[in-house]
Amino acid sequence: MDLTMETTSTENEHYVILRGDIDAHTGVQVKETLMALAKQPNATLISVNLEAVEYMDSTGIGIFIAVMKACKQTECTFQVDKLSSRVERLFRITGLYDHIAIHKGESE
Amino acid sequence: MGQNGPKADVIQLTFPSQTEYLGVARLTVSGVANRMGFSYEDIEDIKLAVGEACTNAVEHAYGEHEEPGAIHMTCHVHSDRLVIVISDQGVGFAGELKPDQLTPIYSGRDIDDLEEGGLGLYLIHTLMDEVVIRSDRGVAISMTKCVRRDGVAGDDDWTISKAEV
Repeated sequence: MDLTMETTSTENEHYVILRGDIDAHTGVQVKETLMALAKQPNATLISVNLEAVEYMDSTGIGIFIAVMKACKQTECTFQVDKLSSRVERLFRITGLYDHIAIHKGESE
Repeated sequence: MGQNGPKADVIQLTFPSQTEYLGVARLTVSGVANRMGFSYEDIEDIKLAVGEACTNAVEHAYGEHEEPGAIHMTCHVHSDRLVIVISDQGVGFAGELKPDQLTPIYSGRDIDDLEEGGLGLYLIHTLMDEVVIRSDRGVAISMTKCVRRDGVAGDDDWTISKAEV
């Protein structure tokens, strides 16, 4: 029911693994963390792993739109590295799938 | 047991208008839907619709400076369908519901033109079979999901689906 975040940073690249549920409650922490990374002037990549996200609603969509906008300002690349089937479904239904850079894994 | 039979089992949950209880509402409806034999995918869709409706209620029903009010979730369990009503006694949304709130993000649009909210009602309409919204003293949203017993979503399907915690 809860959410955990694990951030690994190498030089200017930030890799964030999210696990659990992203809703209006846990989303506050997600947005704060990702926006702080996006606003670092020397950040070149924010990669978010959503493979272990079991629940996400439009709060998560709103967060990613906000982070993508912030990244555009700082010319940082925002990408999703792997995603659960539920998150993929949400991305497809809402239409965000066509706007977001998604890496499904090494096999592709 | 007739499909238009007037009797439905009713499960109710009342929780404070605080985001920390959204997970409780989702877990409750998930348990009810699981019992009814919905497929794993349908249960997840119901959880998402309920999550969106409850989030709308928590974020918009009561003013920021008021005491948090109550959100009510009522599940009507029919033999062939689940009807979930999410209601509050808040300010309602007189005139705020516009048709463009019921659309997805179109692929041609620039990132800067995307809005960070407003997808909740679109999702609810997309995920559920029937949606009725009433707004006078507070908002009540009624959402119906029919049990599909044909195809892969048979009676036994949910037992082999990945169980939620």
